[in-house]
Amino acid sequence: MSRVPTVWFAACLLVVAAVAASAAPSPEGVEFFENKIRPVLAKNCYTCHSAEAKTRMGGLSLDTRDGILEGGQRGHAVVPSDVEASLILGALRYEGGLKMPPMGKLPDEVVQDFATWIEMGAPDPREANVSPQESSIDLEQGRRYWAFQAPRARALPAVRDLAWPRGAVDQLVLAALEDRDLRPVPDASREDLLRRVTYDLTGLPPTVTEMEAFMADRSEGAYSEVVERLLESDRFGERWGRHWLDVVRYSDTIGRTRNLPFPMAWRYRDYVIQAFNSDKPFDRFVQEQIAGDLLPYNSPQERIEKQIATGFLALGAHDLNEPDPKQFDMDVADEMINVTTRSMLALSVGCARCHDHKFDPIPTKDYYALAGVFRSTELRNGLRRRPRFNAGYFRVQKMVELDGVPDYSTADAPKLRAERARLWGELQAAEEKRDRVECRKFARELSKLPVPENLAMGVVEAAKPETIRVNIGGDPHTLGDPVDRGFVQVLYPPEAEIPEIGPDQSGRLQFAEWLTRSDNPLTARVMANRVWHQLTGKGIVATVDNFGSTGRQPTNQALLDYLAVRFMDSGWSVKSLIREVVLSRTYRLSTQLDGSNFAKDPDNDLNWRANIRRLEAESVRDSVLFVSGVLELGETPLSPVASFDRSQILNPGNRQLRAWEFDDPHRSVFVPVVRNLASRMFEAFDFPEPSETHGVRDVTTSPSQALLLMNGAFIRSNALIAAERLMAAHARDRDRARHAFRQVLSRDPSAAEEDRALKRVREIARALGSDEAKSADRAAARAWLEQMLAATLERKPAPNELSAALKSFASSEPGAADSAVAMGSAFADTKGGIRADLAQQVVEAALGRRIDSTERPQMRKRMRDWYTSQAGAGGADSLMLAASADPVHEAWTRIYHALYNSAEFRFRN
Amino acid sequence: MSAIIQNRRGFLRHAAAGFGYTAFAGLAALESLNAKGSQNPLLPKAPHFEPKAKRVIFLFMQGAPTQHDTFDYNPDVVKYAGKQSEMELSIGTQGGKILAPVFDYQPGGESGLLISDAFPHLRKHADELCLLNGMHTDSPAHPQATIFTHTGSITFVRPSIGSWTVYGLGTENQDLPGFVTMNPPPVGGSALYGSAFLPASYQGTRLNIADGQEPVQNIRNATMNLEAQRRQLDYVQALNRGLLDRTDQDDQVEGVIQSYELAFRMQSAVPEAMDLSSEPESVREMYGLNAKETRTFGTQCLLARRMAEKGVRFIELGHRGWDHHNNLRKRLSDTAGATDKPIAALIADLKQRGMLDETLIVWGGEFGRSSYEQNDQSDGRRHNNRGYTMWMAGGGIKGGMRFGRCDEHGVAVEDRVHLHDLHATMLHQLGLDHTKLTYRYAGRDFRLTDVHGRVVNEIIA
Repeated sequence: MSRVPTVWFAACLLVVAAVAASAAPSPEGVEFFENKIRPVLAKNCYTCHSAEAKTRMGGLSLDTRDGILEGGQRGHAVVPSDVEASLILGALRYEGGLKMPPMGKLPDEVVQDFATWIEMGAPDPREANVSPQESSIDLEQGRRYWAFQAPRARALPAVRDLAWPRGAVDQLVLAALEDRDLRPVPDASREDLLRRVTYDLTGLPPTVTEMEAFMADRSEGAYSEVVERLLESDRFGERWGRHWLDVVRYSDTIGRTRNLPFPMAWRYRDYVIQAFNSDKPFDRFVQEQIAGDLLPYNSPQERIEKQIATGFLALGAHDLNEPDPKQFDMDVADEMINVTTRSMLALSVGCARCHDHKFDPIPTKDYYALAGVFRSTELRNGLRRRPRFNAGYFRVQKMVELDGVPDYSTADAPKLRAERARLWGELQAAEEKRDRVECRKFARELSKLPVPENLAMGVVEAAKPETIRVNIGGDPHTLGDPVDRGFVQVLYPPEAEIPEIGPDQSGRLQFAEWLTRSDNPLTARVMANRVWHQLTGKGIVATVDNFGSTGRQPTNQALLDYLAVRFMDSGWSVKSLIREVVLSRTYRLSTQLDGSNFAKDPDNDLNWRANIRRLEAESVRDSVLFVSGVLELGETPLSPVASFDRSQILNPGNRQLRAWEFDDPHRSVFVPVVRNLASRMFEAFDFPEPSETHGVRDVTTSPSQALLLMNGAFIRSNALIAAERLMAAHARDRDRARHAFRQVLSRDPSAAEEDRALKRVREIARALGSDEAKSADRAAARAWLEQMLAATLERKPAPNELSAALKSFASSEPGAADSAVAMGSAFADTKGGIRADLAQQVVEAALGRRIDSTERPQMRKRMRDWYTSQAGAGGADSLMLAASADPVHEAWTRIYHALYNSAEFRFRN
Repeated sequence: MSAIIQNRRGFLRHAAAGFGYTAFAGLAALESLNAKGSQNPLLPKAPHFEPKAKRVIFLFMQGAPTQHDTFDYNPDVVKYAGKQSEMELSIGTQGGKILAPVFDYQPGGESGLLISDAFPHLRKHADELCLLNGMHTDSPAHPQATIFTHTGSITFVRPSIGSWTVYGLGTENQDLPGFVTMNPPPVGGSALYGSAFLPASYQGTRLNIADGQEPVQNIRNATMNLEAQRRQLDYVQALNRGLLDRTDQDDQVEGVIQSYELAFRMQSAVPEAMDLSSEPESVREMYGLNAKETRTFGTQCLLARRMAEKGVRFIELGHRGWDHHNNLRKRLSDTAGATDKPIAALIADLKQRGMLDETLIVWGGEFGRSSYEQNDQSDGRRHNNRGYTMWMAGGGIKGGMRFGRCDEHGVAVEDRVHLHDLHATMLHQLGLDHTKLTYRYAGRDFRLTDVHGRVVNEIIA
């Protein structure tokens, strides 16, 4: 390998650029440069040598006039009129050690062009300089971008087909379609429409009664009555609140390296659900989440609500193990900036932390103006960073105290209060003494006391507002100029009157106000687009969390602006916005394919049909529970996380974690969200990673989904219950089949489907009348025992060991050895754990010897762990898995099972 | 809720755990049933030309492993150690003091390839390794670069390389997924194994490998034996075919139909493939299954060999924790220590079985690290996408060689290999021309390497 000796450190060849930029270059020179030189530079050189892109390899930037004259670490790249002194030419000629571009020599005539150009005096009309220190962002230019100009109401466009539109939305959609010679497909069937709107507004399927009523009522207003009913239902907030929780990265634990519980996160969750149910004006909703603690209020209840709303800023994933306090504080502010700007503005302002935003006109200065706002805000998430001496992470002092709420309301309140005070004193004393053992002891005891009822997650104003200095390169220890607190400049004209931040204020209040002004170009658009995305399956701006230049452009900006303006004019009513969309004819289109439309617009960007949709994880689960009648609606349940041991880090093996999605009968929105540990069912069905904003969920198809629905105990046990109810409700098989189809698929079966279902029922019932059921049950019991042994012994048991174990079991539990149900019950202790005595006896029988005291703890732990992992996989419910005693019941169970496994259940037309 | 249902719920709550592998009967009958999948998109397909490798095992080390302390002995870094580098490697960094390798290098094998003491086991197989010391990629940020490494695109949702591979070649075993990813890092989520616009059947199947966890949830059906289950599935598929007749979303419905057929076959094939109890003690020891630090990745490597034997086309093994901004010595010895022995065992084992030639092993992270230290106090290195190291072994790649060189800053300056080139080369070894492996979507032909990529012929045996 030939090597070029490197002398970069030894000598810096930089001579002060003696070449002052000459007078304006001649038009001929400029033309030559533009035609022959600039394109070559841009194509071959800028990737590695650009000041703009900060890729100045060898210290050389070729994209500015000064850059090319000054050259890099080796010297002047270009010396006007002096070909030999211009290093660039040697490199282009591949003469010396330096050969550029590295991927291959340019054609000789191009090299000659460079020589000619240099001889001409290197005329260069470009900007003199892009200084890496000074921001090169042109805000004036940036403000011209469509998304940075406030939406305006415009006259509705004319359309040719006057009969089609039902309103403004349709007219805007149709105009865009006609423009491209596309035609909307026919309307959806009534069955499809009811299923669609019911899932879209509530996340649940229509009931059979609702379906029958709608099919019977052919009147003009039938559909809008359905829409009103759904908007008024409490189920609405549970569905739409969940959409918002995706956007605000809601979680019940902090995640990252020390994953501790957030015992009070649920307060914010419930606030969100309530906000959607009560149709809280969205501008107020935004303001409360950012500055609720600073807003005026009319009642104690309102005050509490507003304090809770700031939980929005406190739910971030932070690394409690971060050793550098400055870094931690900046990371916290950064997280607040990210979640706020992505969720409300669909901008990634966070990109400007280390450098000017590379794609959007957001200078680093703007980032630190906002960082000042959030660094002047105190995070109250209940957790401290790196506690000393094992003193525990949770601190009530680091939570928001709700005004006018007592800490404990139960009869033993005085006792609890006294106990808390005592333990707190002890803990502080132990910390003082640097006594790790005592610290841990008192911290644990403290965390076993119930959390005081007057606490919430949120933020408050910092004692002293701070002006932040730019962290150069994002390094909190390398400081640049101080930046006044403020907002994102490109989003308002320089002459606009923006709210002034007082010296003793963080600026959150002003930020919240500014976000929701009618001249803010993004807030209303972003939310309107989110609503459109949820209702049609695709945003008008498809990248719903990114309206910047790397996002997708709007497919129909007039429609987006119309919706945004309507939204603001309605007093920011989310329900009104949803109502307008779902009543449109566009929403009610079928999903039919049209070849000629497809050829022109394969992605359906212009809404010539409705998009087929998938059920989200929550809807899959809730529907199954709903159909079997198990789903508990009504009262908001208490969060299990509230009673967690607050000193315990949540790892996969943590005992406090349960497979709530299988054994909790409440709606999925109430199932705790644990970071780093998506629950199995939700994860399989594309539940978003809860540490960042996710306005769009993935849609995947995988065998793990199939396995979960086919083999999981959750579907099985709910199908059993649904079948039992079905049999009680209907005596005739045909009625049963129809009812089951209506429940699960919201439609009647075709005649062929009905026949096939009945044939299937008879087939199963007949098969189970045979000995098949019994032998399957026996085999299942054997397999259960085998697994337990395998887990305990950490190897597969030999056949003789298995039969010895089985014999031992049969002798102590007569009659239970041939049935998996009976065997499982025999092993279950009263608390839902495994009966260790019985398990040990069986293991000893298999081994043919006693287990001694040295190996016993290990073995017991393994059998318990196995048992728990089984329970985690839905095992607690899986005892029903043996064939049901009644073959007909079993047959209908399998019909439900099949319906839940059908593609149609997971799709929505 | 009716009394009976409440009792049922109560019963359900107290009842105990799930069952095991119900003895399956009538396997022969099943084969005839399996044969029905006539439109199976995963059936083996002819490559564009004679392949060198039948499959890929991609060892993905998330966090950006340092090249300077592992596989890239650079005399210039040693020479200039302690000097200030002004190189702005990633945006915002201002250079720093050049840090000599924190581990010593020794020659390995007959080739004498230098490999650091972080990888003593792997060094024994130096003659199999082709060190790509001149890698470079587009982004120095973990999430972007991780997704880029897997899909060749930062900005858009694109199919992962495993999906492209299975799309191009199908797979040899219809009872296992063609593309398996074990413990994928959470960065990037399903984008790392997603099929994007390719049919959903080409998506990777994710396996979680950890102590005491079932790698594939719900792999067994406790109620129905295989025959009964097949009848049930036939009924489900009949419903699906009805939908297929009525709908215009063929691809999505087909995807679901295929996912069920695969899931059904996986029920027998996966437990069999994942059951390590038949592996002799010597093999378990060799892969490091008996030591806590190597057990997880050792299990992944051993499973990879078993899946390779069974004809899985693309196997990815994820490992995390390589983002060593500080405490480099300690943290590198942890991450290298967890993977060195298992990877060495995998190479040895494949070789001994005569499978190394037809298996392309690729090791690397999403980018590399700076030659200079994080800052004056800390023992660590910064991000560097402009020069890093990946290595390949087997699969028709020359062993015992290094290709590419970085300068003293850690910037690739000679025999540079861009990530697109690596992708092109991986496909090439599989018999696929990266410019011809295209898929038409939304009116345009897409490919893994977009408009880039060069097959690195210099390293092909």
